[in-house]
Amino acid sequence: MKPVLEIKGLSVEFATRRGVLKALDDVSFSIGAGEILGVVGESGAGKSMTGAAIIGLLEPPGRISAGEIWLGERRIDHLSNAEMRKIRGREIGAIFQDPLTSLNPLYTVGKQITETITTHLPLSYSQAQQRAVELLEATGIPAARDRIDHYPHQFSGGMRQRVVIALALAAEPKLIVADEPTTALDVSIQAQIIELLKRLCREQGAAVMLITHDMGVIAETADRVVVMYAGRVAEIGTVNDVIHQPKHPYTVGLMGSIPSITGHKRRLVQIDGSMPRLNAIPPGCAFNPRCSKVMQDCRDHRPDLMGAGVSQAACWLYKGLQ
Amino acid sequence: MSTATTIPQVLVEVEDAARWFDVSAPWLERVLSGKKRTMLRAVDGVSFTINRGETLALVGESGCGKSTIARLLVGLYPLTRGEIRIDGQSIAELKGPNGKALRRRLQMIFQDPYASLNPRWRVGRIITEPLNAHTTMSQAEQSARVDELLLQVGLDPADKLRYPHQFSGGQRQRISIARALALKPEFLVCDEPTSALDVSVQAQVLNIMKDLQRELGLTYLFISHNLAVVHHVADRVGVMYLGRIVEITSRDELFENPRHPYTRMLLSAIPDIEGKGRSRTPVAGEVPNPLNPPTGCAFHPRCPQAREQCRQESPELQTIGDIQVACHAVANHWPQNQASGSLAPP
Repeated sequence: MKPVLEIKGLSVEFATRRGVLKALDDVSFSIGAGEILGVVGESGAGKSMTGAAIIGLLEPPGRISAGEIWLGERRIDHLSNAEMRKIRGREIGAIFQDPLTSLNPLYTVGKQITETITTHLPLSYSQAQQRAVELLEATGIPAARDRIDHYPHQFSGGMRQRVVIALALAAEPKLIVADEPTTALDVSIQAQIIELLKRLCREQGAAVMLITHDMGVIAETADRVVVMYAGRVAEIGTVNDVIHQPKHPYTVGLMGSIPSITGHKRRLVQIDGSMPRLNAIPPGCAFNPRCSKVMQDCRDHRPDLMGAGVSQAACWLYKGLQ
Repeated sequence: MSTATTIPQVLVEVEDAARWFDVSAPWLERVLSGKKRTMLRAVDGVSFTINRGETLALVGESGCGKSTIARLLVGLYPLTRGEIRIDGQSIAELKGPNGKALRRRLQMIFQDPYASLNPRWRVGRIITEPLNAHTTMSQAEQSARVDELLLQVGLDPADKLRYPHQFSGGQRQRISIARALALKPEFLVCDEPTSALDVSVQAQVLNIMKDLQRELGLTYLFISHNLAVVHHVADRVGVMYLGRIVEITSRDELFENPRHPYTRMLLSAIPDIEGKGRSRTPVAGEVPNPLNPPTGCAFHPRCPQAREQCRQESPELQTIGDIQVACHAVANHWPQNQASGSLAPP
């Protein structure tokens, strides 16, 4: 079966006065129907950039300089704005980090959801309103019929994020891009939202790209995970494999640096240094200045993803294994 | 340099501390519409002690008052009620003639290293500032001390000539730590010191903080919303809810045997990387509006064990051994539990 989303060799560049910055470099992955793919990495790794490129919301001067994005049978990376508008909301739903900025403060939430539904689905206004109430009920908003006439500021943070999820699911999209959907929320609310997202996607069979920097959220939610570093994919594998048998030295460090409530670590693993800036990405493997297993190859040649046992890692350590 | 003492000794005492904020409408509006004054009880009756060389962590969700406590402890906010003593000396004296001597014994590390360092000052000047304010060191002595501090936090002495924007978030947080350590304080208040940092950088900063604590015998009050970080750094943990402490005990006891229903809820809500497949009990409801807190126990609208008593009486923090819990359900079970020598959760 064809995956819902397939990205092949995606690169994004920003032309600046000081030269061209490569924000994404040769990123490839796919998501199947009903699958939740986690995308993790530290700030600036290119997670959100990948999401923005898929939704077609790259801010100029950012542009897709190479690669293809396929949504099912259709290539969507070179569509015009007008064509992309029809896809956004209808076939791709988006959930962003801050629910307050992704809702219009001047319209009631009911109006915003109904508008999305009537734009994309052949329903009358009253049918759309009925559906909006059902959606809000499905996301666990109590007294949905009354709250539909409320404005976003009358909702709490967790409730607002539920509205945003209802909005993203309104037209039953095939793909949902969720960019840090729980980062702005407290842990107790976070757990509720994750459960909700999982349940709704299971029910609708939607593919989800879950972008987050929180490995805990990924561990509980995702099926497979993509680890990004400096605009490239460092490792792809199932959640279990990546967490318990990380292959790329960066992933190994990342997993070791996460404090856990189970077990005692006297000392956290630390990766010295920090991620390079886009204008100073070292030649060869971008991780080589911080890597404990660096070899000559790493300084000269950029590794592509290669089979590393169960997962795939972009690391020369696994050169011979293929 | 101060050394760690093995004898547990109380350094910080907080007694019934409260801080209310007046969030009333302006006077004219109050008069015209007959509204009353409204007080936001950010912190309302909090007591705890911290022993020398120990790390006490305060956790809780946003708006529970943990940052307000941090600010109360270093005197950035005056107390509405209660008392805070550092080594027996009241922090009310910070404003008095002996204030300076007390002030240099406590320092603070803030959450956002981008906002807490002056962007127009070189790192050297940032770290020298407390030395200028409190000591009569010569320039050469100051310079030597700055070098020593930078080395201590894992930076290079040559970095003192650079500006904060030339550093990454983790390095900036080390600069704040170096500044806080300049006067060899005994007590550091750390308000979410790693929340703005990525995990791998967070690990660097947490490791440095632990190393420094061991070397210099520092006492930390560590404020965080991240329970995993707290589990890593703390000796004792206090859990806050709506301006009060609901449970405070040793780290191991709290994580293995949480007593208060809110603590248990928080623990079950954290996503853990080992938690794949673990069924979580998502907690219903949200933190109530602190302007209009529920009657009785503030947690009762979300508590699965809420009873009539919880709706009416606010539970006091009760002590048994090393454990302090403010919960009617737990307290009612205590007599039996004491007899059997254990303290099971209700």
